[in-house]
Formats: sequence, C-alpha cells, structure tokens
Amino acid sequence: MNAAMRKPDDGALPTGSRRFDGRRLMALVVKESHQALRDPSTLLIAFVLPVVLLLLFAYAVSLDAKQVRMGVVLESPGASAQSLAAAFAGTRFLDAHFAHDRREVAGQLVSGALRGYVVIPQDFEQRLAQRGREPLVQIITDGSYPNTANYVENYARGVVQSWRAGRSAAPAPAIALEPRYWFNPELESRRALIPGAIAIIMTIIGTMLTALVVAREWERGTMEAILSTPASVAEILIGKLLPYFVLGMLSTLGAVALAVFVFGVPLRGSLAALLLVSAVFMVPALGQGLLISSLARNQFLAAQIALFTGFLPAFMLSGFLYEIDAMPAPIRAMTRLVPARYFVDSLKTVFLAGDIWAVFVPNLLAMTAIGAVFFLLAKRATRKNPE
Amino acid sequence: MGAQPASDAPRQHGQHDAAVVIDNLAKYFGQVQALRGLSASIRYGRLTGLVGPDGAGKTTLMRIMTGLLVPDAGRVTLAGFDVVKDNDAIHVASGYMPQRFGLYEDLSVLENMRLYARLRGMDAEHNAELFDELLEFTRLRPFTARLAGKLSGGMKQKLGLACALMARPKVLLLDEPGVGVDPVSRQDLWRMVQALTDEGMAVVWSTAYLDEAERCESVLLLNQGQLLFDGPPQELTAQLEGRSFRLENVGAERRALLTEALDLPSVSDGVIQGAGVRVVLRAGEGTEQVQALADRAHVELAPVPARFEDAFIDLLGGGPGGTSTLAERLPPVELGSDIAVSCQNLTKRFGAFTATDHVSFEVHKGEIFGLLGPNGAGKSTTFKMLCGLLKPSAGEAHVVGLDLRRATGAAKSRLGYMAQKFSLYGLLSVRQNLEFSAGVYGLEGDTRRERIEEMIATFDLGDWLCATPDSLPLGHKQRLALACSLMHRPPVLFLDEPTSGVDPITRREFWTHINGLARKGVTIMVTTHFMDEAEYCDRVAMLSRARLVALDTPDALKRMTASAQRPDPTMEDAFIQLVEAAERETAAAA
Amino acid sequence: MSNAILSFTRLRAQFVKEVLSILRDPRSRMVVFVPPILQLLVFAFAATLEVRNVDIAVYNQDAGRWSHELMQRLDSARFISHVHLVDSQRRLHELIDRGEVIAALAIPADFSRTIAAGDSGRAQVLVDGRRSNSGQITVAYLSTIAAEVGAGITPDAQAPTPVTVRHWFNPNLVYRWFIVPGLTGILALFSALLITSLSIARERELGTFDQLLVSPTSTPEIIISKSLPALAIGTLLGLLMISAGVFAFGIPFTGSFALLLASLVLFILSVVGIGLMISAVSATQQQAILGAFAIGVPAVLMSGFATPVENMPTALQWLAQAIPLTHFLVIVEGTFLKAMPAADILANAWPLAVIALVTLTLATLLVRSRLQ
Repeated sequence: MNAAMRKPDDGALPTGSRRFDGRRLMALVVKESHQALRDPSTLLIAFVLPVVLLLLFAYAVSLDAKQVRMGVVLESPGASAQSLAAAFAGTRFLDAHFAHDRREVAGQLVSGALRGYVVIPQDFEQRLAQRGREPLVQIITDGSYPNTANYVENYARGVVQSWRAGRSAAPAPAIALEPRYWFNPELESRRALIPGAIAIIMTIIGTMLTALVVAREWERGTMEAILSTPASVAEILIGKLLPYFVLGMLSTLGAVALAVFVFGVPLRGSLAALLLVSAVFMVPALGQGLLISSLARNQFLAAQIALFTGFLPAFMLSGFLYEIDAMPAPIRAMTRLVPARYFVDSLKTVFLAGDIWAVFVPNLLAMTAIGAVFFLLAKRATRKNPE
Repeated sequence: MGAQPASDAPRQHGQHDAAVVIDNLAKYFGQVQALRGLSASIRYGRLTGLVGPDGAGKTTLMRIMTGLLVPDAGRVTLAGFDVVKDNDAIHVASGYMPQRFGLYEDLSVLENMRLYARLRGMDAEHNAELFDELLEFTRLRPFTARLAGKLSGGMKQKLGLACALMARPKVLLLDEPGVGVDPVSRQDLWRMVQALTDEGMAVVWSTAYLDEAERCESVLLLNQGQLLFDGPPQELTAQLEGRSFRLENVGAERRALLTEALDLPSVSDGVIQGAGVRVVLRAGEGTEQVQALADRAHVELAPVPARFEDAFIDLLGGGPGGTSTLAERLPPVELGSDIAVSCQNLTKRFGAFTATDHVSFEVHKGEIFGLLGPNGAGKSTTFKMLCGLLKPSAGEAHVVGLDLRRATGAAKSRLGYMAQKFSLYGLLSVRQNLEFSAGVYGLEGDTRRERIEEMIATFDLGDWLCATPDSLPLGHKQRLALACSLMHRPPVLFLDEPTSGVDPITRREFWTHINGLARKGVTIMVTTHFMDEAEYCDRVAMLSRARLVALDTPDALKRMTASAQRPDPTMEDAFIQLVEAAERETAAAA
Repeated sequence: MSNAILSFTRLRAQFVKEVLSILRDPRSRMVVFVPPILQLLVFAFAATLEVRNVDIAVYNQDAGRWSHELMQRLDSARFISHVHLVDSQRRLHELIDRGEVIAALAIPADFSRTIAAGDSGRAQVLVDGRRSNSGQITVAYLSTIAAEVGAGITPDAQAPTPVTVRHWFNPNLVYRWFIVPGLTGILALFSALLITSLSIARERELGTFDQLLVSPTSTPEIIISKSLPALAIGTLLGLLMISAGVFAFGIPFTGSFALLLASLVLFILSVVGIGLMISAVSATQQQAILGAFAIGVPAVLMSGFATPVENMPTALQWLAQAIPLTHFLVIVEGTFLKAMPAADILANAWPLAVIALVTLTLATLLVRSRLQ
C-alpha cells in the first residue's frame, strides 16, 4: 500500500514515549484552540461578556450616588425656608421633588419613588432664630437600602451645612481633618470595580469553561480515544488548559486596553506585573475547573458546582464589591481560600497604586499554593485507567 | 510478512507471529465477572474477528488490550509488551478505534487527522506523504475541510480508522467498526483492512454481525466472559453442514411459516430470506418435521450451505421461539384504508442542497417497508419527514391518511418511533421511562397500568425496573426502547436502524416481535444498513443521491441485478449494484 | 387519547420526567438545594458595605493634649481593629501602599498649639483610594470622632449638624436586612436559569428531543412541562431562603406573605422563560450554560442589587426594566421591611407577568421554528 505504513517495525518505535513531548502537546493545544474558537459561546464569554461587564461597571454599577431622588417638604412659607429648599434643588447629587405635606411623600418612600425626604418644618424661621437649640430640619431616609440611605443622609446634611455656612460666618471647627485620597483622588468607584470585573471574567473562563470542556470530553467519549494514544496524562491536561490560559490572558489584555483607553482607568503599575499576576491567578482558576470536571463528568453538575464554588465566591468574597475586613471572622478565614481575593487585591494595586511587590509577593504565593493543591487533587482524580 | 516484536521486549510462548497473547485473563466490575480465565492469541498479518452476544466481554477485552483497563488476574502482552507493566509502549504499538469513534465533531477531517498524527509522534515532514495515502485510502480527500460531526456514519468510521492508523501501529483494534455503515462504505472498510493485514499488521475487528465475522481469517467467539471458539470461522461452520435448509418461494405466508417452523422441536433457528424461510435443524435431528411443514404449505425444501451465523446460534443453544407474546396480546389493527403511509413528490432542501428529491411511494397496511441507501442518500431525511420530525419543502406525506403538516397531534398519536440510539432518558429508571412514554401518549388509569405491566412481562424487564437504561445490556435497552414506542399500540411503527450493534440472538427476538406485529396488521417502516434485515422486508425502497432509484421486493431486487458473473446475488450485492448503477446514470446525465 | 393542544395526561408524564431528570440523582438533588442555602448563610454576613475591623496608622508629631485626646478616641473606636503608631511619614506611606491600613493620620507638631490659640487644628488623612467606598466611609467616621473631640474644646459651639435623621424601615441601617431578601432573588434566579437553560439543550444533545417531537405532545406542552419543575424548585428555594431570612436572621417581615408568594412565582416564571429561550437557541449544553451566564451576570449587576437603578444612565434604566430581578427586588425588599401595600406590589408585579408572557411565548416559537 504505502511506504509509510508498510513497515510496522522500522525501529522508529520511541521507547519511554511517555516522556513529555512538545509536539504532542502542541497538537492537543491546536485541537483545543480550534474547538474553542469555533464555538460561539466561548467567544461570547471571552470577548463579549468582558466588554458588557466593563461597560456596566463604567456606567451602570456605580457606588457613587448621583441624582438620588429625594423629597423636600416645605411646610414653612418663610423666605429662609425657601432659600434652603432652593439649595436642595441646586445640588447635582440630589434630584429634589417638592411637596408641602409630609403625608404626600411618605407613600412615595414606601413605593421606592423617593429614597428619602427632608422636612423643613412650619416653625423653621423660629428655630433658625434660636440658633441650634432645636434641630432645624428632619431628614427621613429609606433604610431598606442602607447604602443609599447613608448617601441621602450625608448629602442632605452637607446641603444644610453649606447653606448655613453661606448665611452666617459660623466659627471654624476646632479640629479639621483634611482627607487626601491616594491613588484615586476623584473617588471614581469604577476604578476600584474594574479589577473586579477582570477577576470575574477570568474565573468564568478559567474555572467554568474549563470544567465544562473537560466534562464534555468525558461525556462524549473522546477522552477515551485520547487516552489510548501515547499522550501522557500531563500532556492531555496541559494541552487542555493552555488554550484557556491563553484565552483568559487575551481576554484580560482586551479588558485592560478597554479600561485604560476607553474608560480612562490609569494603569500606574507595569503591564508586566499585571500580566504576571493574571497568569498566576490562572493556576488556581484552571486547577479548580479541572478538579470540578474530574469529580463531575457531567456538564450539569460541573456547571452548578463551578457556579457555587467558583463564580459566586469570586463575586461576593473577593473583596471587590464587599470589604473583607468588615466580614465576621469565620467568613474572613473562608475568603483566604478564594483565589480571586488575592487577584483582586493585586489588580487594584497594579492599576491604581503601581508595582508594590510587598503586596504582590504574598498574593502570588497564596495563589500558587491554592493552585498547587487543586492540581494535585485533580491529578489524583484523573487516572490513566478510567475505571 | 509478519512483523517482529521489538527485540528488547520479552517474548511470550515462543510464538514469533503472536501479536497479542492473552493468558488466563479475568476482570470483574463489582460483582459482575466480565472475563473469566480467558486465554487466546492473535497473530500478525491476520484479521481476527471478536464476536459474541452482548455482555460477552468483547469491549472489556478490547480495552484491556489497549491498556485502558487493568485486568484483575492473568496477563496480556501486545507486540511483546505487557499491557500493565509496559503500558506506555502499548499506546505506541497499538491503534484503537473505540465504538463511539473518538472523533472531535467540531474539528474538520484534516484537523482530526493532524491531531492523532501528532499525538502519535509523527514527523511533520512525513505527514504530507502519509496523509495523502490515508486520504486516498479512505476516499476522504474531497471532504478534508468538513467538520467530523457533519460526516455520514460510514465516513466517520473511515476517518476513525485513518486516525487509528497514524504512526503504523503493529496491532489495530477496531471496536464495532461496522455499525451505522452502509454496504458500499463497508466494502471500503474491508478493502482497507485487507490491505493492512497483507502488510503484516494484526487487526482485531469486534462485531455483533456474523456475516462480518465470516469474512475474518480467524475468530474468537466469546460468551459470558469465556472463549467458546478460537479458529477460522469455516471450521465452526463445517460442523453445521447438512443442517441448513430453505423453504423456497413461500410468499405472503412466510411469516406464519417461520413462526410454525421455529416452534418445531427439531428446528433450532430460522430467519426470513426474501420470499423464503431459512431454517437450521438441531444437532442429530432429521428433516421429517420440516418436510411435513413444507408439504403442508406446498413449498419446496432445499438444502443450503451453512453460514457462520448458523453455527454461532447453534453454539449458543439455538435462537428464540417464533411466537411473539407481544403480538399475541395485540388486537388486529383496523384502518379506514389499505394505505398506511404514503408520500407524493416529497422533497426537502437545505439551502442549495437537496436531501430528498421528489420521492413518492405508498405503504400498505401490515407491510414491512424498508428504506435503504448509502450514508447521505437522504434516507434519514425522508424518514424524518414521514414521522413528522422535519417539514417537507414540497410534496406531501400522510400517515394513516392524516397530513403530517396539518393534523400533527392526531397523526403523531398513531405512529410509534424507535430511534437509532434508542433515545431513552438516562436519568430516569426503566419503570419511569415506561411510565413517561405511556403518559406522553396520553394513556390513563387502568389502561396505563395494564400496558406498562404488559410491556414489563413481554419484554422480561422485571429485574431491571429500578436500573437506569444506560446500565442495561444493549439487548435489554433495545427491548425497552421498543416497549416505549409500542406502549400506545400504534398502527404504524417507525424503526430507525433498530438493531445497530445488537447481537444476533436479540436481533432474532426483535424480528419475531416485528413479524408478529406485521401479522396483526401493524405497518412497519424501517431503515437499516444490514442486509439480512432488509430480507425481512416485504418491499424495499432504495435511495441514492436523494432520489428513489428502486422499489420492489428483496427477491425482485436481487433478480434485477443478477448477471452472468453473479447469477445468484446476495442482498448486499444487489445494494451495491443498484447504487453504482444510479451513480453512473447521474454521472452520465451530468 | 386526546389530540387537544393541552392534555393533562401528557403534561403530567412530562412533568414527572422533568422532575426526575433533575432530582432523581442524589448528587444533582444536593447540588440544586444545598449550595444556594449555604451561599445565603455565607453571603448574608459577607456582603456588607459597612466598615469594620479596619486598621489605621497614625504619625503623631505633636506631644500636646489634643492629639493625645484624639488618639485615645481612635483607640476605643469600634470600627478600628488596630492603630499602628509610626514615626515617619515614609513609614505611613508604606503602610498605605501595602494596603495594611485603610487610612493614615498625620498630626503636625503644632496641632495642640494651634488649637490652644483658638484656630483650627489641621490633621491630614491619607486614604487608600483603592478602597474608594470604604475609604469615604472611614473618613466620615474619623470626622465624627474629630468633631466629638472638637466639641470638648469649645463646648458652647453649636451642634455641628443642626438636623435630625431618621432611617425608616431599618433604623440602624443593618445591611443584612437589605442583603438577605436581595440574595433570595439572586440565588433563586441563578438556580432557575441554569435548570431551564440546560433542559432543552440536554435533550437535544442526547437525542431524546426527537423522541418527544414524534409523540403527539404539542410545543406548548413541552414548554409548560419544562417550566413547571423549575418553577416549583425555584419557588421552593425562594421560600426556603425567605424563611431563613425571617427565622434565622430575624429580619422583620411586615408585608403580605400571599402577595410576596404570588410575586415570587411570577418572578421565577419570567426567569424560566428567559432560560428556555436560551435553551431553545443553544445547540449544546455548553452553549446553554455560558449563554445563561452571559445573560445572568449583567442582569444581576443592573438589577439594582449592587447599586440603585436610578444611578444608571437613562438607556440602561429602561433596559433594567426588562430584567425580572429589578422588579422582584423592589417587591421583596418592600414586603420584608416596608409593609408595601398591594398597589405598589402590583405596580412591580405586572412587568414580571409581561416578561414571563413574552419570554415563554418566544421560547415556544423558537422551539417550533427549530422544527423547520
């Protein structure tokens, strides 16, 4: 038939074939890349979702309250009361709705149409004359949204204070604190949130996608065909992971470019440090995905487990949205097992502060350690003999 | 020329030409003993068939030989390497094609080939030459860019073979390569394997189809984990000489006659062959009873040469009886008209591609109607349109007089459908699957309970009720699928490659039921790639390149293709002839 | 045998099949119920925008009385877990850089002298802007402390803020009272979304969908039978978490339970509709799961859970109206804390009904169009 096949024993038989072989690895990587790039859902997660998330973090999810809807109940007809009401109308942080009776606005607080209201009482002019014996105004907030309630209180206080300061020269406070916000003087929350977005995307690609593709390979029986070739378990696993590693890194690079050039987030640290941190984060993320899929060789289970052990912890326990310091001690201990925690911490630093290796090194070590544990467990679960 | 095991490897039994040596092999899965003390050897330069009923341990043995499973006792050496100790070398010396292809459906033909080439350490510069040869060899060259998932069953098998052949394995292990492959493609596969063994490769071909086994040079026959026979198939067939007969030209009454014949104590096995009935006598029995039967039916009884299949069934203690308990309970089907299924100018286009092109035929009540054709001829598309899974682009299809496009619900409740992969709910138990199909066809109350119990009794599923379908032996899985599709007693039954990969005994049992159903007036529509199944059909429609090229009884089709060189063609010969003739015509027209 | 569009027998059979597919396997039974409940318990404590247990650094160059007073107050402040005393500006910067402290106070040498002279004593606070939200809250807390110390210096000075503040519904602004009802919605959403988005895709991948299509069952029956189990599981999960909120977390429940239950059912139904749409267009389970994520994650972010909807640009506010969670959050928060009246609940419930109707209809059409 042919020369290449005629001699089954031409001495070319490599002994010790299970030694790591770069070409075999490349073949697996090429295969996986073809599959990944051909599936629209992979591209959706790697390149569309990051853009959507960044847009949302840039424009939608802002912890800086703007235009909070607030009622102003003007019960006093006096001139100073009018001028205070005008001060509320003038601030750009509040969206003032005027009323003359507090009963009008109370219902709107329940329905959520207003987040709070301020009452300028009937005897406002008298209270003003008494110089502070009795409170001038009453601020009512919707406590069911505690964060917004805090903002309403602070902004309303601020409006009253500056209104008073403008009327009479009040004595300067005895102690004045002069806050200076390092790294983020404009206090834009998007700058602090974007690293979180990257962590979430990397978790979805690293953990969720990997868990799914490995589970699929078991489900469809192609794992058996691959296992019957000379490729070793290490080659198969690395061949499986490398493309998603690259995909995750590409997705990160895209997100960083978008954050820096479109949304104006500064990158004060070096790109190299950022890439290093991201690359190291992929170790525990991929390890976790691999572990999940080797425990649950079924896509439904793999997705559920990845959701609850990978994605949601990255969202809630990584410290990007919720402060870890404020959590109770047992949960703080739990966050130490969440790789995204170390990643978010490092990303925030590399974006906003710069290359501070005192921050990076412990985080890198922690991520590597968690990753190593995941890989060891996954290797135990994936045997060469699928019995 | 026989290949030599690598010189540094230990030699076994001093057999220079032994590619695989199996010594007292045992394997357990929990309580189940899959292999019990199996010893055999497989030689280079030969095609060795691995046959046996479901659960005989064929796949287990294959997986042990490829080093994917570790035996519990005994040892296996392949090309001189111990499958456990030299596991790494096994993967180099052997090529393995698993049952489910092992192809990546979202990769193209060429990408699949490249992947397996590199995994087996092929040099890139040698690839071009080898790829050319393999593409030529498999005739896949026109399809290199096509995704593997879009290939027909036969092309998938050829691609799987090409992938397993990368880097010249010394031993090629093929697990049921013939399933889902049409006769033309199967011919290609045989040709390829023949070429390989001629060059000294050892090829193991596991199969449930005994016409395939008959073509092997040597056969290992397994049953319940033990070796029943090891040698050339002719040796086993020779033992059956003088026990095979055919009742010629029985015609319409052949199904009744087969039932009667199978119920005779002296008959061990029987099948329908076109208009005739083929019977095999038990060892030591005379022809008296069969002759009496022939006389009563006024037909001729002629001796025929024994087949390997006869020997196989005989070795396993004979086939099942001829009476279908299922059909016995069934009331005769009453239909308003004699036409159960019909289609006029049925056409389906996918974009510019026409999958079914103006196909028209009528199927009578109680008829077994076969739909045959090579992979990709439009068989499945036509079939799907007839049972309402696809909407025709043009033309009409009627089932029991109802238009499938308008009266969908009504028409669908009059048909039963059994899919190729049996399509059972793997997450539900056997009983829950039965209850689901009863419910989804609207059965209620006592009827529902009775039907389910009836199915459990008829198909002997009582011991398996709490198991999941995936854990059932293939034969039981098929029974369950048939039970589910018959729950609502449909007057028309659609069977899509119903016996793919099922062993001959289960297949006989299956056809006993189908014959019984047909005798009660149930119309059976069946697609198949196996020609002995085509023989069961009253009429066969041959499709080629989306068009209906022939429609007649199996015997008439065989007669049509008879020639001077081949005066008595088999169904397979007829199939290949018809397809090739149709292709020549198309080529001439173009 | 009924050939109607909807047959109870056929529906029941498919319903049982769907429930068993999800719950027969003990592993998936566990995966459906246990993690959401656990997550609720963990996240209820984890998700807080309050500031607690933070570290502060102080570089005090003043040996006078007022800085001493200030230091004592800081030491006893409840939100601070540790005050680092440092002796150089450089060290101060270092602690901020490393993220070891959230804020650092630099008190100049003339601090007490300036106050004694009747002027304002100025102290600089460096804040870690990486934690912008907590940083601002920390500054607010520190300012309060400074003001308290200041009040001791000039006792006759008027109250710093001549206002009274009352937080309705949640007087102490306990963040958990907000987060637990919200999490109920989010976790029920993800569970229902994953279950339904896989349902059709899995049958398609395993080939049983054809079997279903050749049976006399109609497309609406398929959609209904796939909706109901997810609806039941999602509602059950929601109820479990609502009771956890009431009984385990002791959150006041002031509204109407019946209305909340009705809204919960509508909410899950609209999520189920979205899940089935994803499933109908997906060719594989992988696509279905990733599709569910690509829809679910942005939906949660825009729902008003993380930040109020009115903070978003107008276009996104409109888009947020199409997200079931947006409406359900208003209802569940309102029912727990605000004793929300029926009219307000209705105002948020009808969009849920519209979303459910539209998505379920679209899902039916998509399944049908796939039949070609």
